[in-house]
Formats: sequence, C-alpha cells, structure tokens
Amino acid sequence: MRIRNGVHLTKFKDAEHLVRLAGAFVIVLVLFLLLRAHFIPKSFGQYGHYRGDALAELSSKPIVYAGHKTCEECHSDVLDVKKAGKHAGVNCEACHGPLAKHAEDPGAVTPQLPDTAVLCIRCHEENIAKPKGFPQVVGAQHSGGVLCKTCHQPHSPLLTPGEKKS
Amino acid sequence: MITRRKLIVLLPAAALAWQYVLAGTPETAPNYNTSEHWWGMLLDIDKCIGCGNCVRACSTENNVPEGYFRTWVERYHVADWEQEVPQVDSPSGGIKGFPPSKFTGGKNFFVPKMCNHCVDSPCTQVCPVGATLHTPDGVVLVDESYCLGCRYCIQACPYGCRFLHPTKHTAEKCSLCYHRITKGLTTACCENCPTGARQLADLKNPNDPIHEFLRTHSVQVLKPHLATGAKAFYHDLDGSVR
Repeated sequence: MRIRNGVHLTKFKDAEHLVRLAGAFVIVLVLFLLLRAHFIPKSFGQYGHYRGDALAELSSKPIVYAGHKTCEECHSDVLDVKKAGKHAGVNCEACHGPLAKHAEDPGAVTPQLPDTAVLCIRCHEENIAKPKGFPQVVGAQHSGGVLCKTCHQPHSPLLTPGEKKS
Repeated sequence: MITRRKLIVLLPAAALAWQYVLAGTPETAPNYNTSEHWWGMLLDIDKCIGCGNCVRACSTENNVPEGYFRTWVERYHVADWEQEVPQVDSPSGGIKGFPPSKFTGGKNFFVPKMCNHCVDSPCTQVCPVGATLHTPDGVVLVDESYCLGCRYCIQACPYGCRFLHPTKHTAEKCSLCYHRITKGLTTACCENCPTGARQLADLKNPNDPIHEFLRTHSVQVLKPHLATGAKAFYHDLDGSVR
C-alpha cells in the first residue's frame, strides 16, 4: 500500500515490471553462457589466447623424413664407411630423399639410387657465393662428362678413402 | 515442485556446470613436455653453400605449394663501395640451387631465411581470432581451423616469412617442423643440410651445443632494432643483410 504523505514506502506498485525485466535479463544471460560454451572450444585459453588442442593436432602430423638415426639402425655398414670420409656430416636423406615410409616398412618403398650426375653438382658446382674452403669444381671441366661415381665413392668421396684433407 | 524463483536460480548454475563439463581435460602429446623446451635455430652463413636442400626438404616435409616458401635461400653480392646496397637474388627461393653469379669480386654469400619464431612476434599480436599462436616451447604456429585468411599477420611479419595458402586460403609459415621436434627429431631443413649450416637449438636444454656456440661466436639476429625477440641466430651475418 502506498502512503502518499508518509515517510515509508511499504510496497512498490509496479514491482511486477522489475521482476519481468530481471527474468528477461537472466534468460539472455543463460543463453549467452550456453552459446559461449557451445562455440568456444574446450581448450581455448589453455596456454594463451588460442586453441590449446591445436598443439596436439599440429604435432600429430606424419613425418616424411625418417631422420638419420632411424637409417643407421639398419644400415650401420654404410655409416661406418661414411664416418671415415668427408661426408660424415651429411645425413642419409640429404642425398637419398625422404624415406620415412621405407623406414616404416622397408618392403613397401624401395629407395631409388640417386643420380650422381645431378646430385653431386648441387653442392660441388663452383659458385662465387660458396664459402672459400668448400670443395668446388666446374663440372664440365673437371670430369669431361664422366660420371662422378666413376672416381669418387659418394659415401667416402676422397680418391684415397680415409684421408683427411685440410 | 520447481517454482519460478528456484528455476531462475537453477538455470545459470546449470549453464555454468555444463560449461565446466564441456571443458574436460585437453589432449596432451605423450612423452613431450612443452615446458621443458625453448626452440630456436642457428644459421651459419659461413657454412651455407646454397644447395637448396633445406628448401626442397621443407617443401616435401610440409607439403608447401609450388612457388611458395616456408624457408628460402638468398644470395648476396655486396660491392666494396656499396656496403649498404646489396644485390640479392633468390631464383625460386633457391629450391633448385643457384646458377653462376653475374657478379665478380665483392662479398658474396648465401643467407638462409625462415621464420624467426620471435618471442614477441608481431604476427601473433595482430591476429584477431587467436589463429596464430605462440606455444609454451617457443614456436609460432598457425591454427588452420581458426584462421580467417585476413592476412594481417602476413603484413605484420617484418621478415616476410608468411604467405596465404593458395587453395586453403589460410596463413602459412614455418612450423619449425613442430610434428618432428615434438617426436625427438630435428627439423627437415636441419636434417637435410649437408654442411650443418642449420642447427635446431633447444635453449632450455643445458647440454645443447647452442650455448657453447652463443658464448664463443659472434651471433646476430635479423632486424634486432625491431625487438621482436627473434630466435633465428645467424653466425657471421653481414651488416648488409636485411
């Protein structure tokens, strides 16, 4: 009851309006929370302002290059030859190409023997920008068309294997 | 009996509870702890022979579309009277190696380029949707499923390391072979570099040779004045390199 001339206001006549407004506000809030929960991925914000699950997804991509340690598990004989020569630091797949599938199932993929006519000059053809100490030749003059592997064994390329040239 | 009053109290509580249930526990990679690593790369100009092995390996490993590069090699020619104006070429990113130089004399060298995996990366800062991310182990990656293709990051990268994938229309960049390094392997470019000009570095691993190298050699990052916190460390980098 409203008292016109008194100090006390015991009841607000249109209280119903406020309740309805509050109700509508709550419904919108709940809807917002539900939609937010639905659209924002579970892991968003786990590490920062991004989807944390993206890390696991990106790291689960398949590898294409097996890595030299995998090669060496089976081909230790080649490793022994290579270790003694100038190509000790060159990993297998740098010349033989990506072979993760071969490492997974050796029978499924047979590696192709690299063509030394193309392969060797990629690194050893003379170029003014190459470091001065790096062994370089002018391919055409050096061999006159004879294949590199006729003289050089690719796994240990010096003509006298085992020799360490400074 | 649920009164209106009870319902009003219960609904938000239920929504919050549901959100909590949805959150669940995110997946984690087995045997790899992101907090134990801090990745970077060492690039030794002294050793780079411009063979293009890294570019080819990167393309193959990451299925990079033809004509686009996550890493590439540049050839510099610096004449002694033009120290600040280098002549740079990079035919097809160096993917097929380099033809003989048209220059004689002067300084000539190769510079392999890639994402610097900056600590304060401009590309991450400008991404409006959280698609470009900085992992706890220091790698800058792109979440393809979140990328809008707005290209802000491509503009923001001061090193030009990003591009828009021609068919997927999402931003692409070097991932530091995140799928390899989290499995204990090195990156495809490092694996295939015949001279060791590229070396993956784990700065949180006290036994990594990078620490000894950084202590004893002159090392630079690209565009240090931009304070991006670049983690691609160049040894013997000439001042003319941009």
